[in-house]
Amino acid sequence: MIAAVATLGGVAFILALGLGLASRIFAVEQDPKVSAIISLLPGANCGGCGYAGCAGFAQALVAGQAAPLECKASSDAAIQEISKILGIVYVPKEKMIAKLFCQGRNDKAKVKYLYQGIRDCRAAVLLGGGAKACAYGCLGFGSCVKACPFGAISMGPEGLPKINENACTGCGACIRACPKGVIQLIPARQMWYIPCNSRQRGKAVRQVCDVGCLACGLCVKSCPEQAITLDDNRALIDPQRCTGCGICVERCPQKIIQSPGEMKEVAAVSKG
Amino acid sequence: MSIKLKTFLGGIHPPDQKQLSASHRIEDAPLPKRVYLPLTQHIGAPAIARVKVGQKVLKGEKIADSEALICAPIHASISGTVVDIKNHPHPSGSEVPTIIIESDGRDLWFQEPHNGQDPLELGPEEIRGMIREAGIVGLGGAAFPTHVKLSPPEGKPIDAIILNGAECEPYLTADYRLMVEKAKEIVQGLRILLHVLGVERGYIGIEANKPEAISAMSKAASSFPQIEVVSLKVRYPQGAEKQLIKTILNREVPPPPALPLDVGVVVQNVGTAYAIYEAVSLRKPLIERIVTVSGRGIKEPKNLRLRLGTLFAEAIGYCGGFQGKVEKILMGGPMMGLAQYTTRVPVIKGTSGILVLTKEECPQAAEASHCINCGLCVRACPMRLVPSLIGTFCEKGLLEEAEAYHVLDCIECGSCVYVCPAKRHLVHLMKYGKSAILAKKRKQPKA
Repeated sequence: MIAAVATLGGVAFILALGLGLASRIFAVEQDPKVSAIISLLPGANCGGCGYAGCAGFAQALVAGQAAPLECKASSDAAIQEISKILGIVYVPKEKMIAKLFCQGRNDKAKVKYLYQGIRDCRAAVLLGGGAKACAYGCLGFGSCVKACPFGAISMGPEGLPKINENACTGCGACIRACPKGVIQLIPARQMWYIPCNSRQRGKAVRQVCDVGCLACGLCVKSCPEQAITLDDNRALIDPQRCTGCGICVERCPQKIIQSPGEMKEVAAVSKG
Repeated sequence: MSIKLKTFLGGIHPPDQKQLSASHRIEDAPLPKRVYLPLTQHIGAPAIARVKVGQKVLKGEKIADSEALICAPIHASISGTVVDIKNHPHPSGSEVPTIIIESDGRDLWFQEPHNGQDPLELGPEEIRGMIREAGIVGLGGAAFPTHVKLSPPEGKPIDAIILNGAECEPYLTADYRLMVEKAKEIVQGLRILLHVLGVERGYIGIEANKPEAISAMSKAASSFPQIEVVSLKVRYPQGAEKQLIKTILNREVPPPPALPLDVGVVVQNVGTAYAIYEAVSLRKPLIERIVTVSGRGIKEPKNLRLRLGTLFAEAIGYCGGFQGKVEKILMGGPMMGLAQYTTRVPVIKGTSGILVLTKEECPQAAEASHCINCGLCVRACPMRLVPSLIGTFCEKGLLEEAEAYHVLDCIECGSCVYVCPAKRHLVHLMKYGKSAILAKKRKQPKA
């Protein structure tokens, strides 16, 4: 009994000595700034900055190769702290959030064919761009849901992903995962946005979707601030110019222009 | 008495179903009223329209081309007026820019085909130019521009040409009928190919379930000692390029980016050889092709000579239309063909068949379950990959692992899916993995 305790204790002591020595001899010098910054970064390793995780980004920051604002996921306070550590002037950033530029729910958008393959947008898109009749619409298999490192996206019951604005940090991971490019970033303060990604117009849109932008241009004409432009048949609102007067919302014949936070209310209006 | 036929490792043996259309002679389809000619009918850069809406064109007139290296021109397949150039459904599933020509009913040639100079007296460069100008691409289905395939880079000597007459896809009989009816012309096409590349040995590989084609081709080739007709064991995918080379010459093409020409071989489909004969000997551009219209959902299965740009709906109409409960419409064979969601897609250069399958002919789409590690797919894979494992890697997004297990070698033949008892979507997973890996590579060019 004593012999066993002594043997094991002895072995443990010798190994501990070895480990202790190794940690002294082979210690890697790390800039204390790097570890301080790592503790301030979100730690989601979303890759939105283009570096290998938050640690890689922190090293790039200290080396002066990156700017704190390149981290899209950090809060303002964290960016401010990091700027302080790096000794650079903090300029507040515009908070961006991801929005789905498609309203083509299962009951609103037509499909070309019955899809029986893998339940992933990036696989579905290989078959002629996916089953949705609209070539620009959301395929609804939730590749963005899987990609979101912050759990901000969930799959709605009607075949479209729902983005929780409060949890969204604007990191852009969903945008990179989406093969249709139907998710885009807009400033969180933007009052209205036009949730349709179609580059087609009028009849062609109507044939495939009940809630598509027809590119009729009424919003463009009605906007007193000239904040709306038609780009390749997509109506885009310039957040710098938009005052949120809401005239376009009234004029839109499809009644699809909506406020980023008010999906449900506007959807109800379009029914009535 | 048993003759040991040449074959390869792996593969499967699906019921060939060729009896539906095998005995029907090639028929000329009636002149279509309108043709829809997509600007992408080949691998490579899309052609650019050279005509305007309202312009009158004649049959065989070049209407689209491009300066790009890998591209093939497109010719009007009927005479008439260009009525529109717009996006139209394409057999690939998406919409692509398409030139639409309305027939004037006269079917006049831009330049009547005629017997020119003996092709074997022309220089190789001249013949390559003629093949390019005729718009010829691989007619087996892949549609790779033929003139590019016939221009091997310096330092890669070619010593053998194989004509692919395997036609291993079930149902399809277009190549078979062509071999039976146009054997001499195909052999002439092969002689032109041998001449272009300065090669001494030509092979014609035909699966043993086509004895008539083997005897017709052997007879046509009998006076040319440099050409050998090889009878192959019936096994899918015998007609895949790499499997054909392995079977006939026992040479193995290394993994991509290596090509058959790295082992000194060029493979061409028999239909391509026939088109080359027409282009070089008769100066006729590629404006039509043989298409098998078959399946139990078709009233009278046939082998039709169809003008390019004819809509599937019209081709099906020429064969008596639908019958029974139609479940699926495919372009190409049931193993590798593309499912269609509309019959308003046109016949393109790579359309070897139009299949209309009934419910009984289609495997019931079962929910895919987990891999049970039975290993049937490993035995079936003609590329000797491990589809079960690679499929799981692709499913989980482990692209580096999938690449390490050579997912890029997959030829998407579908043998693994055919045998899988768990009904896993293995080919779809591989296609997804391949496209994701290639997209990543395009994004990060080598530093």
